[in-house]
Amino acid sequence: MTTAAPAAPRAAVTNRPADIVFKAVSTTAGVLILIALGGVALFLVVQAVPAIIGPIPEEEGANFWAWVWPLTFGTLWSALLAMVMAVPLAVAIALFITHYAPRKLAQFLGYLIDLLAAIPSVIYGLWGIAVLAPFFQPGYIWLAQNLGWLPLFSPPASGTGRTILTASIVLAVMVLPIITALCREIFLQTPRLNEEAALALGATRWEMIKMAVLPHGRSGIIASSILGLGRALGETMAVAMVLASSGVVSFVLIGSQNPSTIAANIALRFPEAHGITVNMLIGSGLVLFAITLLVNALSRWIIAKTTVDGGR
Amino acid sequence: MSKRIEINDLDIYYGAFKAVEGVSIDIEPRAVTAFIGPSGCGKSTVLRSLNRMHEVIAGAYVDGEVLLDGANLYGPGVDPVNVRRQIGMVFQRPNPFPTMTIRENVLAGVLLNNRRMSRSDQDDLVERSLRGANLWNEVKDRLGVPGSGLSGGQQQRLCIARAIAVSPDVLLMDEPCSALDPISTLAIEDLIEELKTEYTIVIVTHNMQQASRVSDKTAFFNIAGTGKPGKLIEFDETAKIFSNPSVQSTEDYVSGRFG
Amino acid sequence: MTTTIAPSRTAQNPLTAGQLPPWAPWGLLGVSLLIGAAIAGLIAGASGSDFSVVIVGLVGFVLYLVSVTVVSQLIEGGRKAADRLVTGLVVGAFLLALIPLISLIVTVVVNGAARFDLQFFTWTMRNIVGEGGGVLHAIVGTVLVTLWAAIISVPVGIFTAIYLVEYGRGALAKAITFFVDVMTGIPSIVAGLFAYALFALFAGEGVRSGLGGAVALSLLMIPTVVRSTEEMLKLVPNDLREASLALGVPKWLTIAKVVLPTALAGIVTGVTLAIARVIGETAPLLIIAGFTTNMNYNVFDGRMMTLPVFAYNQYISPGVQEQAYFDRAWSAALVLILIVMILNIGARVIAHFFAPKSGR
Ligand SMILES: Nc1ncnc2c1ncn2[C@@H]1O[C@H](COP(=O)(O)OP(=O)(O)OP(=O)(O)O)[C@@H](O)[C@H]1O
Ligand SMILES: [Mg+2]
Repeated sequence: MTTAAPAAPRAAVTNRPADIVFKAVSTTAGVLILIALGGVALFLVVQAVPAIIGPIPEEEGANFWAWVWPLTFGTLWSALLAMVMAVPLAVAIALFITHYAPRKLAQFLGYLIDLLAAIPSVIYGLWGIAVLAPFFQPGYIWLAQNLGWLPLFSPPASGTGRTILTASIVLAVMVLPIITALCREIFLQTPRLNEEAALALGATRWEMIKMAVLPHGRSGIIASSILGLGRALGETMAVAMVLASSGVVSFVLIGSQNPSTIAANIALRFPEAHGITVNMLIGSGLVLFAITLLVNALSRWIIAKTTVDGGR
Repeated sequence: MSKRIEINDLDIYYGAFKAVEGVSIDIEPRAVTAFIGPSGCGKSTVLRSLNRMHEVIAGAYVDGEVLLDGANLYGPGVDPVNVRRQIGMVFQRPNPFPTMTIRENVLAGVLLNNRRMSRSDQDDLVERSLRGANLWNEVKDRLGVPGSGLSGGQQQRLCIARAIAVSPDVLLMDEPCSALDPISTLAIEDLIEELKTEYTIVIVTHNMQQASRVSDKTAFFNIAGTGKPGKLIEFDETAKIFSNPSVQSTEDYVSGRFG
Repeated sequence: MTTTIAPSRTAQNPLTAGQLPPWAPWGLLGVSLLIGAAIAGLIAGASGSDFSVVIVGLVGFVLYLVSVTVVSQLIEGGRKAADRLVTGLVVGAFLLALIPLISLIVTVVVNGAARFDLQFFTWTMRNIVGEGGGVLHAIVGTVLVTLWAAIISVPVGIFTAIYLVEYGRGALAKAITFFVDVMTGIPSIVAGLFAYALFALFAGEGVRSGLGGAVALSLLMIPTVVRSTEEMLKLVPNDLREASLALGVPKWLTIAKVVLPTALAGIVTGVTLAIARVIGETAPLLIIAGFTTNMNYNVFDGRMMTLPVFAYNQYISPGVQEQAYFDRAWSAALVLILIVMILNIGARVIAHFFAPKSGR
């Protein structure tokens, strides 16, 4: 290092009005985003406060937190179930696309996955209620009869199939393309040299994946799963349509008494809501926002922590 | 057309890092001046400070004077954009604009600045610049194809045509041949020989033969060690630098006993 | 990435000694499926229920995994057996995932065809009870709301990306990057609540308008536009910026005439994908745009029907002639899927044909 830098570094003087205007416009756009987000937080809080501090109608519950808890439970429980099903499948599918399928097919599948990730959730909802629920309903009855001693399957089984398990399966199908797309990208970035080094040692394909692909992609898999979790937590329509809920707190997967989720509850009740109910619903939206924020922050943190060489 | 550049006691910084220290050179008009020296000694840095491209990098600044026919480039209120219109630059890797045709690339300096120009004037300028860059005969039938479709050597000559189309006083070239094959290199060297009748040319090169072939004066830069600033060691007639330099380290470098 | 190259005359090739012949896994699979079918038949016969393809697949798959692993273990050794087991699992996972996706597409197409007719695209639902009616008002609503969302979010998104890539340094840029990340995670229903809270401030409780929907969608669209534009701008080589600056072109013209055109194809692709993403959003529109059976061309005032909300509403609250409502819901879903597909494919085409030719 040299000795101290001289006093005043000469800044480049740009005195062209057009340059200044252009920079100002760009900066304003960025600042606008900050303002908008500040607005989101502020308006939501302002609208939520009356419900959070004040009394809520007796038939809803003792207070706001007692009312929002079963919804929060349902949100977390359904998202968790969805992830348990979706993550292993997504990793396997991404592996299939990147390391098993023939090159041409793989590219086509890549497009297909992207396309599927874009299918609107209301369509998944329609499909869940019309196809999936009746399809699984006999299975639920069988489970209740034969595995009813397990708390998860305790009878009576739902007569419609519109259970939390069905909703979670729909959620899993929905986040599957998202997680798969991210994992696929990560697997494609595995250093070719590592893979070839493994193969040159006489490794089978699976051993090569174990040695080179999975270690390299571990943090990416975790992070993309958490991003998928964020989506599952906030998913509204599919759950609102598929789930027949009654606001209980229960782990039973196949019953007719199911917990609802925050997002679905808002969608179902908001169109008819007025007065304090609006404030309650917005308050619950704030809770959902906080949860997804936490989850997303967690995923960023994992990415940041485990990305060793962030350099270009 | 061509102007003299005087560098007076120039220090160049990247943030807190002083990359070059105490450089003073007189660059003659209508002549080729070559910068040589080991990698990392600051040749490119000095070159880029001659048309204020240096300050494009965040945190980079200079301390000292660069006079273009007596006017300080770094004087208060000087617009770097105007400086760059007078001092053109050719880069190490050919970089034609990929969205533009050959013709548009040559006209880029005009078109990008929103200057009006009649169609026939444009045609004249394109032909004159491409002839000036020895490229006219090779591309005159396909002026409408993308510039990135040319060979590397042709692309580099296109970039030279683009630089001279704005009729600068000075042409700065940073290792213009390092990405090219020997034939293209010769073509560019011949071109430099012709261009120096009209322009002041400064060229950075790693190729000692090239420096001795094309330049009239040569500046040798060196660096004491990593993290130390680069310095001008010797500046003289090219013939003298390569045959009988007055500093030992210059002799070591040009005779290949170094770096 | 095929790794097994099977020479044709391998009988005595020492390199293939101790390997299962290439047909062996297929043979095992066939046998497993046959056994599965037999079991399914037995169950169907015993319980009087229908023959279940699910049982065939399930039993066949498990039997295949077990048998191929055991056989391979015996002939080829443990490493190869593990490899075959995993291959079976991975391919199985892929096939399993295909089932719901194919089922979804087939269901939507088959059910949607019922009302995919001229009346559907030229009528609204005004004064319709039971059969008939159409989605014209919903299509107009979707187009208007999405258009306004794009009008709001495309300039903001692109200029923010320009700020981040070309100007942004220090705390402000860091803050914007961070909060764009935060925005990516906003659940769509929360975006709807925000738009409601914002508009309720001016128009009072119970406000509904198309513009509110556009604002909610913008909130979801902006981060996607910023991210994709940012990526594209970063891909523009610095060489080009320097070449332009060295010609004496001011920075803003360099950005406007060199950087943006070079990145244009990528930016348009990103915007198209962002539109495809929000055009199917239901939840926020349900809250702030509401539903109506009438045509409304004015985004600034009154309820506005949109396609996804239409599909939802028809299915969830059918009238007496249930089937007519369900048919309309499915047809709306089909239209929606087609729109999304066209946007996606369009984005790919743009990316492919309008990207600057990279020369050599
Ligand atoms: N953008 C930058 N930021 C910080 N330091 C830089 C930057 N560019 C160059 N440097 C430093 O400045 C010094 C001089 O670099 P410069 O590129 O001028 O060397 P050079 O003589 O042109 O080398 P070469 O022959 O390899 O091109 C080096 O120590 C280098 O690390
Ligand atoms: Mg250099």
